[in-house]
Amino acid sequence: MTIRIPRTDSRHIDRSRLVAQTQALLADGFKVALVACHDDGDSLRAVYVFTASSPDRRVELVVAVPRDDAWVPTLAGLSYTAGRFEREMRDMFGLRPDGHPLPQRLVRHGHWPQGWYPMLHDADPNPDFGEHPGTFPFLDVEGDGVYEIPVGPVHAGLIEPGHFRFYVVGETILRMKARLWFVHRGVERLFEGRDPAAGIELAERISGDTAVGHSVAYAMAVESAAGIEVGLVDRQLRALLLELERAYNHVGDMGMIANDVGYGIANAHAQRIRESLLRVNRAVTGHRLLRGAVSIGGTQVRELPDETLLLSITNDVAELAAITLGQSMVMDRLTDTAVLSRNKSLDLGTLGYVARASDVSVDARVDHPFVDLGPDFSVVTEQTGDVLARYMLRVREFEVSMKVTAHLLRELNGSLGSGTRAAPYSAGSGLGIVEAWRGTLVHRVELGDKGQVTRVKVVDPSFVNWPALSMSLADTIVPDFPLVNKSFNQSYAGNDL
Amino acid sequence: MNWTATAVALLQVLVATLVAPLVIGITRQTRARLEGRVGAGILQPWRDLRKLLRKETLQANGVSWISSIGPIVVMASSLLVAALLPLISTVALPFVPDDLFVVVSVLLIGTVAVALIGLDVGSAFGGMGSSRHMMIAALVEPTVLVAVYALSIPAGSSLLSSIVATRLDAPAVILSPVSLLAVVALFVAVLAETGRLPVDNPSTHLELTMVHEAMILESSGRDLAWLELGSWLRLSALLGLVANLMIPWGLATDATVLALVVGTIALLLKLTVFAAALGAGEVFLAKLRLFRVPELLAGSFVLAFLAVTASYLVT
Repeated sequence: MTIRIPRTDSRHIDRSRLVAQTQALLADGFKVALVACHDDGDSLRAVYVFTASSPDRRVELVVAVPRDDAWVPTLAGLSYTAGRFEREMRDMFGLRPDGHPLPQRLVRHGHWPQGWYPMLHDADPNPDFGEHPGTFPFLDVEGDGVYEIPVGPVHAGLIEPGHFRFYVVGETILRMKARLWFVHRGVERLFEGRDPAAGIELAERISGDTAVGHSVAYAMAVESAAGIEVGLVDRQLRALLLELERAYNHVGDMGMIANDVGYGIANAHAQRIRESLLRVNRAVTGHRLLRGAVSIGGTQVRELPDETLLLSITNDVAELAAITLGQSMVMDRLTDTAVLSRNKSLDLGTLGYVARASDVSVDARVDHPFVDLGPDFSVVTEQTGDVLARYMLRVREFEVSMKVTAHLLRELNGSLGSGTRAAPYSAGSGLGIVEAWRGTLVHRVELGDKGQVTRVKVVDPSFVNWPALSMSLADTIVPDFPLVNKSFNQSYAGNDL
Repeated sequence: MNWTATAVALLQVLVATLVAPLVIGITRQTRARLEGRVGAGILQPWRDLRKLLRKETLQANGVSWISSIGPIVVMASSLLVAALLPLISTVALPFVPDDLFVVVSVLLIGTVAVALIGLDVGSAFGGMGSSRHMMIAALVEPTVLVAVYALSIPAGSSLLSSIVATRLDAPAVILSPVSLLAVVALFVAVLAETGRLPVDNPSTHLELTMVHEAMILESSGRDLAWLELGSWLRLSALLGLVANLMIPWGLATDATVLALVVGTIALLLKLTVFAAALGAGEVFLAKLRLFRVPELLAGSFVLAFLAVTASYLVT
């Protein structure tokens, strides 16, 4: 079976037609995958990328607006995800979404100077950051016995920064509001002006545990922009690396979820198994987090993983899951905790294992495939949407990952990849869609007339999934939050570029 | 007799204080080894204490005298418990009765002091920890009282030293249903009281799940050292009590030097075994959901209550 990535249908429209066109696309089964803004000097250009599955289709709506009248009609009423993108565009570019129902700042922090939009080309890289002027407009929740618990952004463990505001009665959570965006590094800006090959190392560092996901999505976007074809073996190797990345992350999460209910022995063994996988990674790519194998136009590894070793690791993981789930106290903690219903999951447009644990079958390996993964590949879903479902999903996906890996190893038959390093030499734009371990990851790249990178928009699934955490928490008790958070395990760094 | 009894009590306090960090060390090390980890060694709690005692004590802004006095009260109540319980010998202090109501009250002083420290710093975590801590304490204290009451019936006295001495004289009592039910109930209560699994997870770094750790989150330096040592001492003393109720042999019944030496060695052995068993047991446990904790403690109360009922029916 040959798989061809479809061309993106790009339509330039006036902003007055945006809402109608979007409605038509959504009715046709499309979803908002990415919204990117671009600084074209006198005008700002917003690109809305819509994708649909079976068959794989991609449509872009391009809307240019003058900079001195920078607004677009909001799509927040049609798509929750689009509304989040609009707030991001407003904070980074000053492009105002007209009529947005929730117009608070998203990425922007209070001490940024008024009128400073960091993604604009003429933005001062070192503006005069003022004092923090006060508080973020959190929710007002009132009533007898309701109180607030602020947590973070600095936490007791070695975890990324995020501020969580709980509104509780006794121990029961009424609402939770997450305030993230403490790790803004200006990654998208750092891509600009780079040679496309030099963008790989940057993409690998967007979110440390998703090195392959981001670098493959970036490479595919550049290849699509420059019209570079990638050979079958190299594509199979990329799929293999994506599965290895999924495997070590899922095992790590299985341990961390058990650890959060005080079942330390499961964590100790999960981390032991994760360590063996990291050593496999080092043997395969020379780096424990699988960096350095992907290039523009190709892939190359040092050696292929040993199939018998992977098989014994698979058995270890199955045993670990059986031991963890055989503990009735662990089961009691995981079952029915923080249920994300299928409807909420669909409304929020969640991706990855969060969606699949709520019985929403989204997976870019099926929806937007770039290589055939063999007969053993199937999309795993769970029905209940609770912490147990998210745990089970990881267990079962790990199993599928190992089967897919075995299939790819047979197909590769010892081939280590071409290591082709192609260089784009002309302008263009392209899309890269990959099912990274957290979910569907989209990069959109624009190249300048000498082939240099002029704009990269990165959408980590965490950007879409974070609101689902708050939604799932209604009626959960406060001491269960760390467990729930771990079962979602969204990236702070991938969310805040 | 007054002076010897006081000397014996002082010996108990000294031994218990020296051993308490080791008890924690053995528990942690056993757990680490069984989980396949190297562990920090059984001396680590002592090293931690030494480090904390050398550090400057910082207090949160706006705290009252409670935060300064609290750690000392906690430490003092634990020391008093160690003096009162029959750990090395059944020779009782003459001026403070080691009556079960006295012991429970002294324990409660420490419990309340920690809860007040949690409230005093005014952070959300401290208050959360205190409220959970008091909820657990309210469920634990009746169990302790009823369980020890059941044990006191064969002895005809509510003095802990008499209870243990009776068991030493007539060991058949130990295996009676009354005694077994009561000791199990007491043991569950001790686990809850000292913040062990499955009620609280002493090794967590997750602020929102903490009970004991949440209350002492803002403490540092010497204050933290006293709070930690106080809670370890409390665990060791209560473990020692449970151990002596189950295996009273070796306990000194008079104040001769030989009996005290034997009593000390016996205590050390019993604590080592119990600490290792506690660590080993925790490997197989997870933490209960907070709202399941009352169910567990209600269960232990029922056991204690059954023990009392049975003691009137079975005799």
